[in-house]
Amino acid sequence: MMLYFLCLILFCVGLYGVLRKRNLVKMIIGLGIMEYAMNLFFVLLGYRFDGRAPIYAKDQEILNMVDPLPQALVLTSIVIGLGVTALVISIAVRIYEKYGTFDITKIKRLKG
Amino acid sequence: MRNNPETGMTLIVKTITRLTVGLILLFGIYIILHGHLSPGGGFAGGVIVALSFVHLMLAFGKDIAVSRVSKNLASNLESIGALMFLSIALLGFLGGSFFLNILPKGTPFNLFSAGIIPLCNIAIGIKVGVGLFAIFLALVVLERSK
Amino acid sequence: MELHILLIFMIFAAIVAIEVKDLLSSVIAVGAVGFALCLAFLVLKAPDLAITQLVVEILCLIILIRATINKDLPLVIEGRWVFNTLSTLGFIAVFLLFSWLALRELPRFGEPIMEVVKKYLQEGVSKTGAVNIVTAVILDFRAYDTLGEATVLFTSVIGIMAILRRPGRKKNNEK
Repeated sequence: MMLYFLCLILFCVGLYGVLRKRNLVKMIIGLGIMEYAMNLFFVLLGYRFDGRAPIYAKDQEILNMVDPLPQALVLTSIVIGLGVTALVISIAVRIYEKYGTFDITKIKRLKG
Repeated sequence: MRNNPETGMTLIVKTITRLTVGLILLFGIYIILHGHLSPGGGFAGGVIVALSFVHLMLAFGKDIAVSRVSKNLASNLESIGALMFLSIALLGFLGGSFFLNILPKGTPFNLFSAGIIPLCNIAIGIKVGVGLFAIFLALVVLERSK
Repeated sequence: MELHILLIFMIFAAIVAIEVKDLLSSVIAVGAVGFALCLAFLVLKAPDLAITQLVVEILCLIILIRATINKDLPLVIEGRWVFNTLSTLGFIAVFLLFSWLALRELPRFGEPIMEVVKKYLQEGVSKTGAVNIVTAVILDFRAYDTLGEATVLFTSVIGIMAILRRPGRKKNNEK
């Protein structure tokens, strides 16, 4: 229970970074931290005490595996997170080339 | 590989890169092919293959890496990987439904077992690896315009 | 336990990453959070995820550093800063309070209700022939989700190439 709560505190640190920071790259870093927290939360849901990794071995009979379904979903989510981060970074690079700054308040005021 | 002193990094980095970049590529291919026997699979192996090309580009400058894998070749290979994955899925229609596993299963713990799973891993490995290298090319090569 | 120590380290590194003024230091701190997450996946018995998270973290760091080589002007704190920060912290406190009440309904940590996966675990090897159950789930039982993910990655590559393209008419002297 404490582990789930610590995971949500990590999510809130990322959320604070997205809401309150004015530098565009800091907002992207906050988004990345939120993704890490959510992936960890999913895998925490599937853990089992004295469990083993979900791979069969040749000469052993394994009866207590951890839950492989959240792991399959998180595997997809990690690679999608990389694609989203790359796309947002490329938008930030273009904004810097056009406006000369990463500050979001100045980007609002320039017209043209 | 040339030894131009003004492009890329120092001599130490270039020597180590010449020794290890082939091993990284081979390791990525190993992780893709043994996806159904040990941890790994198509996504992790594809990212390792992309990292080997990125390593080459970071150490030697962008001209050498672009001469190995140009932008057109990268985009064609990525489309071929995605189409291969779709065609393997459509082949399942021969068995009865979408994505059905129709090749023979074989015995477990062999390299050639588990039906269409190794072929799917190879298709996804090609697609992810070349696609991520194309992202890196776009970020580095298409730089300052003014 | 080790997981508590790893999570507290991740929270400290995340706070450092958000608050530090230098962009390169905050990118390195995000790298530390990612590596600690890979260790946490290893402790939670998920080797597939640990490998994928490690290599994706390295590539993400390389792409993030590409954006920080541009120097930015120092930012100035302007009015209503206290009110905005306090209201954000108040909102986060309300969110954490309600999540504490909601997290009590989840099953205890370490005793999952494995209802759906029982069938996958029993018939996984015989129906697919793959020894790695996670690969069997993402490429045989739930292959449609993998098709969706391949589409998302393809779309992101197309999007990046479309954003970072130079218009062809203005550049006559380069190819």
